[in-house]
Amino acid sequence: MKVTVVVNGQERSAEVEPRLLLVHLLRERLRLTGTHIGCDTTSCGACTVLLDGTPVKSCTMFAVQAEGREVTTVEGLAAGGQLHALQEGFKEEHGLQCGFCTPGMLLASKALLEENPDPSEQEIRWALSGNLCRCTGYQNIVKAVQWSARKLQSDRAANQAG
Amino acid sequence: MAGEHTAEAWLGRSVRRKEDDRFLQGKGNYVDDITLPGMLHMSVLRSPVAHARINSIDTSAAEALPGVVAVVTGELLAQHNLAWMPTLSGDTQAVLATDKVRMQGQEVACVVAEDPYVAHDALELIEVDYDPLPVIVTPQQSLEPGAPVIRDDKEGKEDNRVYHWEAGDKEATDRAFAQADRVVSLETFYPRCHPAPLETCGCVADVNPVTGRATIYMTSQAPHVHRTVFALVAGLPEQNIQIISPDIGGGFGNKVPVYPGYVVATAASLLLGRPVKWVEDRTGNLISTGFARDFYMNGELALREDGKMLGLRVNMLSDQGYAYADAQPSKLRAGLFHIVTGSYDIPAAHVVTDGAYTNKAPGGVAYRCSFRVTEASFFIERLVQTAAYELGIDQAELRRRNFIKPEQFPYTSATGFVYDSGDYGRAMDVALEKLGYEDLKAEQARARDGGRLIGVGLASFTEVVGAGPSKDYDILGLKMFDSAELRVHPTGKAILKIGVQTQGQGHETTFAQIVANELGIPPADVLVQHGDTDNTPYGLGTYASRSTPTAGAATAMVSRKLREKARQLAAHLLEVAPEDLEWVGDRFRVKGAPDRQTTIQEAAFAAYTDMPEGMEAGLEGVTYYDPPNMTYPFGTYAVAVEVDRGTGQWKVTRMVAVDDCGVRINPMIVEGQIMGGLTEGFAMAAMELITFDELGNCIGSNFSDYLIPTAWETPKFELGETVTPSPHHPIGAKGVGESATVGSPAAFVNAVVDALAHAGVRELEMPIGPDKVWKALVEAGLAE
Repeated sequence: MKVTVVVNGQERSAEVEPRLLLVHLLRERLRLTGTHIGCDTTSCGACTVLLDGTPVKSCTMFAVQAEGREVTTVEGLAAGGQLHALQEGFKEEHGLQCGFCTPGMLLASKALLEENPDPSEQEIRWALSGNLCRCTGYQNIVKAVQWSARKLQSDRAANQAG
Repeated sequence: MAGEHTAEAWLGRSVRRKEDDRFLQGKGNYVDDITLPGMLHMSVLRSPVAHARINSIDTSAAEALPGVVAVVTGELLAQHNLAWMPTLSGDTQAVLATDKVRMQGQEVACVVAEDPYVAHDALELIEVDYDPLPVIVTPQQSLEPGAPVIRDDKEGKEDNRVYHWEAGDKEATDRAFAQADRVVSLETFYPRCHPAPLETCGCVADVNPVTGRATIYMTSQAPHVHRTVFALVAGLPEQNIQIISPDIGGGFGNKVPVYPGYVVATAASLLLGRPVKWVEDRTGNLISTGFARDFYMNGELALREDGKMLGLRVNMLSDQGYAYADAQPSKLRAGLFHIVTGSYDIPAAHVVTDGAYTNKAPGGVAYRCSFRVTEASFFIERLVQTAAYELGIDQAELRRRNFIKPEQFPYTSATGFVYDSGDYGRAMDVALEKLGYEDLKAEQARARDGGRLIGVGLASFTEVVGAGPSKDYDILGLKMFDSAELRVHPTGKAILKIGVQTQGQGHETTFAQIVANELGIPPADVLVQHGDTDNTPYGLGTYASRSTPTAGAATAMVSRKLREKARQLAAHLLEVAPEDLEWVGDRFRVKGAPDRQTTIQEAAFAAYTDMPEGMEAGLEGVTYYDPPNMTYPFGTYAVAVEVDRGTGQWKVTRMVAVDDCGVRINPMIVEGQIMGGLTEGFAMAAMELITFDELGNCIGSNFSDYLIPTAWETPKFELGETVTPSPHHPIGAKGVGESATVGSPAAFVNAVVDALAHAGVRELEMPIGPDKVWKALVEAGLAE
């Protein structure tokens, strides 16, 4: 059957089996391989994408369930050759090592900061508790999200002033 | 003024990572991201039972499923002499089962299909008739007389013993015990756990049917070794094998061994003439690939009444699973476990180690650890803590009285290691001060009076990493050197090719900093390549914290080699004798005439445009570095916990980690490595466990059962450092990737035990869940 999804602002259609998982639509059919697969039990969050702005684990959703909806993947974060504040924050605070969990971490963090622009450390840890990381020990990920929150706030302040 | 020029310093600088931009934008290139034209997909049928004879395998229904291209069985592989393969410890392991299955999850057949979903569908259609056999799940059962022989495929094998190995001096140790005032013992178990990198194992095998050339994209921490193993297993000419290890989503030792999936995918590609992709699912990863630990340890420490340690005896029994597949140096049957004397000046020690086969997955990889050093460090730090209670000496003080003193280095341990450098007391002082140890002890006493349970645990670990000197260290005969090849281009930019392979450690940045430090070419101008066997010099790979000690040293040495050639070029350009030049970090200056100078970039240009007569063109070189010794990172970790008397739950309230890994190349990356290792150490202490029921069913086969800490459970870490350079490493670095995993489990366990120690509790087995603490609280009369 045919499925049409708006991925990173672009309408994309594909003929799919009803059982095709959303993560496979993204990775195999649309060749957006930034979204990763780390487990089979919805535990690790490496496949996290945003569905209409809400983080979902794309390994636990059929592609057809995303029909007509907006999906944001890691490839959709940077705009106009400019890294998103979260991407900058992760680089600045060394919030990634092997990079495998990173796309999921970025998207879960994006959803958090949109809902809560100034989260506490505990709020960040809770918001990211559906995403596993084996390399970093999370401390620098938390710092990266805090860095990004500050950056986004100062950008907003600058925009308002301007 | 040029005369006052100071080159930029590149060591000790937190340069932001060069690799990050691609990872942050979803442009990494992991094995599963690779798609080749005409590529097929492979899935693996695994045994549901732990020990059984295979009567028959019927693949006809699977083969008839539309989209299935082939079903590969052990019988088919046996026709090509590929049913078994060597392990890195010189044992054999089945590629696909022929006679029997010997563990749950063992590979029985593989389906190759046009589509991955179809490949999985077809697994359901394969009929295997198993005849169950008695199952052995512990090494104690395994070594009982009359136990069924698991490896009856090996001619003449009549029991389940894998090895017996000893280190140290038994007689001297017996004498030490005879003179002791006190003997303190500990029996403990370091349970089976799993490195579980977030990316599972996999490959894309592409054997060209015309040329016979095999290009294998593979999740490999040791691509060159794997190329050689493939040549030996498959009989392919080695020049026709190219292993490419692209971006790797974490390894932690799990991606050192060769797994059946790699071999079958390559064989299938060879037989079918099309590329074949195999990517393991998480359950396959957890139940069949390299596990860690599974060590039973008991030992005794002989002490004088004043706490002076006189001797150490340790017996260890290792559960190897059904094949001896430890990835470790050939001569050392139990890895580096004999570092078990730790940071202490113990004059006599004797270590007896045995390994046994069981009906469990093979592996025994070093999960973020240098060949069984974690087990050794855990044991001695737990035993010292126990001795402190028994002797009534403060745990920090007992350690301090027995530390190897700074002036004793190089120090030869009772089991034969030559420790290169250390200052253990200083690292402990820094840790205790940062923690506020004395205040915490006072708070602990007050809390006890008030009915609260606080514990403080220490671990003053010493690691041995950087394998290693060729006279002692080899894997399958391959000496454990490592390599670096450096080419400086005419414009003064460079490419460095190394024999090791990053899995997140940031080699593309730190190795560029080493070149920058030696040659003054900024890291941004140095491209670091690794992981492709066609394009990098031979090396043994990245594990056991060996990259910086070996390939990092090779990088420094090859840079120095090129610097000497650059000196000749600069002398030619400046029309002076080479010895009249001084090197100032990024350029040569004429001694006494500092305005006359040649930068490294100008020298590089001259290497291609204006070389002196008789000099070969180019500015490039290669170094194979054979380390003169291992390096010995160390540190003190201190943990404070509070135990809930009503539930048995424990919470880390403070965690201070002071590491000394010698000179730090990139402090940001070093600290990142430490925090990651602390988290994995915490995970082992608190929750990670692979266990089995009596039928050999693996419990811990997915992330719902095999628990990994999230950001929520993971404690906060406070880091500190001391710097004691390695005297034999070109830049004084020691390696750091695993210190925290090696040192921290004992610190966490010691802290929880300490909270209960006043009531006589001495041992809690990892992982310490609230259930175990609760039981101990009840038995000690502390439960609320």
